[in-house]
Amino acid sequence: MNTSGEQNSIKAKHKPWVKTSHWIITLSFLILVFTGIEILMVHPRLYWGEVGNELTPAFMELPISRNHQRSDWEEQIPFFESQDSPVSAGRNGEEEMFNENGWGRSLHFLAAWFLVVTGLIYLILGIFSGHFSKHIWPRLKELTPSRFWNDVKDHFRMKISPPTGGPQYGLMQKLSYMAIIFISLPMAIITGFTMSPALTAAFPFLLEIFGGYQTARTIHFFTSLSLEIFLVVHLMMIILSGFKDQMKYMTLGK
Amino acid sequence: MKKKQIITRRAAITTGMAAIGALIIPGCKQPMPPNYGNILRMGDNFTYAAHRALLPGQSLAKEYSFSDISSMPATGTINPADSSKEYFSENYEKHLRTGFENWSLPVEGLVARPTNYSLSQLKSFAARTQITRHTCEEGWTAIAEWTGLPLGTLLEHAGISPKARWVNFYSYDGWLDCIDLLDAFHPQTILAYGMNGKNLSIPHGAPLRLRLERQIGFKSMKFLEKIVVSEVYIDPGDFGWAWYNGF
Repeated sequence: MNTSGEQNSIKAKHKPWVKTSHWIITLSFLILVFTGIEILMVHPRLYWGEVGNELTPAFMELPISRNHQRSDWEEQIPFFESQDSPVSAGRNGEEEMFNENGWGRSLHFLAAWFLVVTGLIYLILGIFSGHFSKHIWPRLKELTPSRFWNDVKDHFRMKISPPTGGPQYGLMQKLSYMAIIFISLPMAIITGFTMSPALTAAFPFLLEIFGGYQTARTIHFFTSLSLEIFLVVHLMMIILSGFKDQMKYMTLGK
Repeated sequence: MKKKQIITRRAAITTGMAAIGALIIPGCKQPMPPNYGNILRMGDNFTYAAHRALLPGQSLAKEYSFSDISSMPATGTINPADSSKEYFSENYEKHLRTGFENWSLPVEGLVARPTNYSLSQLKSFAARTQITRHTCEEGWTAIAEWTGLPLGTLLEHAGISPKARWVNFYSYDGWLDCIDLLDAFHPQTILAYGMNGKNLSIPHGAPLRLRLERQIGFKSMKFLEKIVVSEVYIDPGDFGWAWYNGF
């Protein structure tokens, strides 16, 4: 059933540059998740639009730190005479608030540098080496509903193929890799850029495409959630298909 | 004949690294704040150098319309005259009691004419009003209208020396922070005495605060006490936070 081309590619192993970038990005990603949670814990409220703070309504409040729904404020003073005037209030009890952003933010951005630079090199090599077109991009004849359905059924029946030691991926596997390489990770980076006052001054369209800082922050959160779900499924598949072999093939194993 | 690879892996990596290096190195020529041998501060400084090398220097932060003005919490120090707080300032309390009548802002250091500017003198300079977004490191944002004089105007009035590299700010609640000249002479960098059409309120930094629109909120120092222009970086020590906060 195999064509000779597919037989050839069965012999292909993971390329060293794929392995290296895989692990640099893995480590950066884990640090970004850890520090990202810390940063969210400081202000566990999410909003849409440009503006959101403790004096404006949130669309989502996460009970993940002692800063959740705190209410220790001075009296609210309106800026203008009108009935619906925006207000200001001084914050009390700041000493008791959770805030580890001093190291949290710096570590987040340090890890982000490694993700962005490695990610760029990976994208360039992926395009020019043919890695994407050969291994990640599904073949047209692969993309049929029946093939897709069979792949889904196999996964639910826990019929997971053993590792081949190289980039010979199933259809769902290819599609999920494409989603994180071309959608989730770039989206996390671009929404991250949109939260930078220096970058949005240089590139004002960032705020326009997302409709504001807080929308970008909210999308950043849900994008990171999608990447964490990917990580869990990815780990499950590695364990089900043979953890030891998979780790060997993705590290020093030939 | 075997097809020759146009771009080999090694060539791509070395070219990429060289390109990034070539872009970053000019940014390193400018004086840098110390990194204290701390890997986080090294990362901060890398971001600073990269931003200075790669981003246009005078790009403006987004300005909003009057109807966009929002509620805004006052955080950090909300009153330096509060004697129950660690940041209590006797001098500030005196100025507050007299309605900042005798308050003045010394501009010192590498300037030809060190001057104490009174509030009315500062208000006599051509003012700039801007409606901008305050972006707090915590993750919240607020939009307000700020009125003040461009910092660059004041520095030129005091006769800033060509040797100057840093503009240092001292506040009544005990902070020392500085910015580079690119930020100091940015058109939106103002010393604000007005907020949303009124005098700056005490919780927001009366009588005068900095507005630095391309960095995170806490760089816009409140309760200004003194400005010192310097050639060397006046080191407040590593207090655990990034010095540059364009991100």
